[in-house]
Amino acid sequence: MEKKKINISSFTTVLVLLVLCVLLSILSPIFLTGTNLVNILQQVTVNAILALGMSVVIFTGGIDLSVGSILAIVGVVMAKLMLGAGINPVLAILVGIVLGAACGAINGFLIAKCKLQPMIATLGMMSIARGAALTIANGQTFSGFEKRFRWIGSGVLPGTIIPVQIVFMLLLYLLVFYILKYRKCGRYIYSIGGNEEATRLSGINIDRYKILAYTICGITAALASVVLVSKLNSAQAVAGEGYELDAIASTVIGGASLLGGFGSVWGTVIGAVIMGVIRNGLNLLNVTSYLQQLIIGIIIIIAVLMDSFKNNLNK
Amino acid sequence: MERNGERLVEMTDITVEFPGVRALDGVKFYANRGEVHVLLGENGAGKSTIMKVLAGVNKNYSGKVIYKGQEIICSSIDEQRKRGVSIIFQEMNLLKNLTVAENIFLGRQPQLKAGHINWNSMYQKARELLDSIHSDISEKVIVQSLSVGQMQMVEIAKALSFDSDLIIMDEPTSALTEKEVDALFSIIEDLRKRGIAIVYISHRLEEIMKIGDRITIFRDGKYITEKLVTETNVDELASLMVGREMTDYYPKVNVQPGEKVLEVRHLNQERHKLKDISFYARAGEITGFYGLMGAGRTELVRALFGADKFESGEIFVNDKQVKIKTCEDAKKHGIALLTEDRKNQGLILEFDLNQNISLVNLQNIMGPFGLDSRKETVNNKKLTQAISVKTPSLKQKAKNLSGGNQQKVVICKWLNVDFRVIIFDEPTRGIDVGAKVEIYKIMNRLKEEGKAIVVISSELTECMGISDRIYIMHEGRITGCLEREEMKNIKEDDIIKFATGTYGTTEEEDK
Repeated sequence: MEKKKINISSFTTVLVLLVLCVLLSILSPIFLTGTNLVNILQQVTVNAILALGMSVVIFTGGIDLSVGSILAIVGVVMAKLMLGAGINPVLAILVGIVLGAACGAINGFLIAKCKLQPMIATLGMMSIARGAALTIANGQTFSGFEKRFRWIGSGVLPGTIIPVQIVFMLLLYLLVFYILKYRKCGRYIYSIGGNEEATRLSGINIDRYKILAYTICGITAALASVVLVSKLNSAQAVAGEGYELDAIASTVIGGASLLGGFGSVWGTVIGAVIMGVIRNGLNLLNVTSYLQQLIIGIIIIIAVLMDSFKNNLNK
Repeated sequence: MERNGERLVEMTDITVEFPGVRALDGVKFYANRGEVHVLLGENGAGKSTIMKVLAGVNKNYSGKVIYKGQEIICSSIDEQRKRGVSIIFQEMNLLKNLTVAENIFLGRQPQLKAGHINWNSMYQKARELLDSIHSDISEKVIVQSLSVGQMQMVEIAKALSFDSDLIIMDEPTSALTEKEVDALFSIIEDLRKRGIAIVYISHRLEEIMKIGDRITIFRDGKYITEKLVTETNVDELASLMVGREMTDYYPKVNVQPGEKVLEVRHLNQERHKLKDISFYARAGEITGFYGLMGAGRTELVRALFGADKFESGEIFVNDKQVKIKTCEDAKKHGIALLTEDRKNQGLILEFDLNQNISLVNLQNIMGPFGLDSRKETVNNKKLTQAISVKTPSLKQKAKNLSGGNQQKVVICKWLNVDFRVIIFDEPTRGIDVGAKVEIYKIMNRLKEEGKAIVVISSELTECMGISDRIYIMHEGRITGCLEREEMKNIKEDDIIKFATGTYGTTEEEDK
């Protein structure tokens, strides 16, 4: 019984995606071409990677508003290291990841140990990280990264036309999926979202796993930054503004509950793709970016309504 | 004025089903004006369930309800209140940070123009209501500062403010001291004279003989019989209620007690007023904790399990002092706790049984590549079969199980770890009689395996029936301890006196 329900849930998300694709391929002849489809996937990688960490946090029943800002500070710091200090890209990326992890860990610490509400703690971090990024960048936009670094965001796998960033994204999803499904900490993350008190009273150190969830989220924000900077060949302090909302929307469209306990990363990736398909389709149909905002908002609400409607039916 | 004895409400053929359990099976019940009709039964008999139907809390029922001569559908609390049906829940529904008057008139405060609350009129009306039940509680005081008994009075005043014809009281005395019970009874006497019908839910035989007019008995969701108080006695009621001999109801096994496994010395906790608590639990023995609601028993076990902080005190496991700061520490030292509130604290209701049971010890189901779902199913099947959890599959969500089976699932969780002490907090609350006996049997089995068992129970017969030794608590202190030999000779009344802090003042002063 339980299994069926989960299938239905991811099924509706896939269904929404299919309906959208059919609709758009009727409306626009270009939509269903190979180049366009690859194009869509390339456009969603940054959001999908952000949404991956966001999902982990949301599964615990939390939320992280700081991912866009973490993305910015990590980008600026990596750029300074690579362009200013001439440091090896691998090392710069490592520093970026550590920085992202640290921001996430601070979020987690404030939430788990200091009992701040996730919304408040990460709202603070959102401002802090953005402010730090602006200070460090000091109005500068960094560009002109070396080829090796740009390969991640704009290269293809040797001998194929498969973009590296898509493979990178999928590998990350596989890794997080494995952690959530097959590692103890994954089970704990869902359990905390399902019932924090019952999990604590089962003798589990919930603080540790909450901090872990936010740390993962910080790391994925850093990795998203790597992809974005490398793709655009540009890093700036205002990058990633509002990205946290797209990441949350992708997770929710993917079927996760903001109360926590439920959802799967595969739902999230489909959610991210849905958002990408909508944007792409609207572009093809020459809808202005102003109107796009409006339409995307409506679609988010419809997607979530469908989900709660279905849940009510199950009751 | 209405005539007393007139039929006010009549319910027939009422059936209520919850997932996995038929809570009521075609039962009937009625109430007359000016009478106290007692609804008697064990926990899980369906007493509260039928009254929740009548009060409009539980809308999913089938059957017929005739109220003041007309057939009605009980579809909401509001509507039932307007009709004159009020319910006072066991766990009272007052907003603790508001005043008495605000609670009484919650949501319908007397108003001036433009929706401003008329505080003067509200206080005045509240005063009148409280006066009418001869209560000296101030209408302006914050509810938080009241005792449980006083809160009960506020609830009654609130019920009266609706001009109720019928007041349902769900186990009103479960947390009251003797004095408060007396006060309550005189109010009930008063209400009866005013022609109000009272439904009184309880399983305390002595008190219902004192206050009731007629008694309807439910057992396992079924109507058993109806008796006039004048025509029956406590023994008859007891056997009707339980439906079997008390001896096999509390199956007891004799085990020679072993070493002290858990010992607590001088534990103090400011927040819940726990004062200087010392006790021990031995292997192969069931140590009972009896007391009224709010005596501090739950708070005590939560503190020693690391769920709440405490200021001072020492905890010993197998004669070695241990530091317990978190539940994780407690688990490491071999302590298991089954919380009182299994739905919110013991289980993740939306998760399936596998996830719930494995949670306590995921190491058990680790395979070479991480969590192994096959191993999980095999392991959990073994556990659930060992204590016969009834469920169609381990994929069933915990929320779909009956109370008894949920409790067993929580036990399964802890069977995953090799604990030395297991603490059961109100393990049989709200579960049916059959499942209760099974839980007792599981406890006995654990006892035979040499585990130390601590049981908190507010039901005296249960506590005495299953425990080998008993501690009695009152207002955050241990007020009495009955060793094995003493258990046989003590009267229930005396234990209640310890639990209410009224034990023979003369004797104690002599010491």
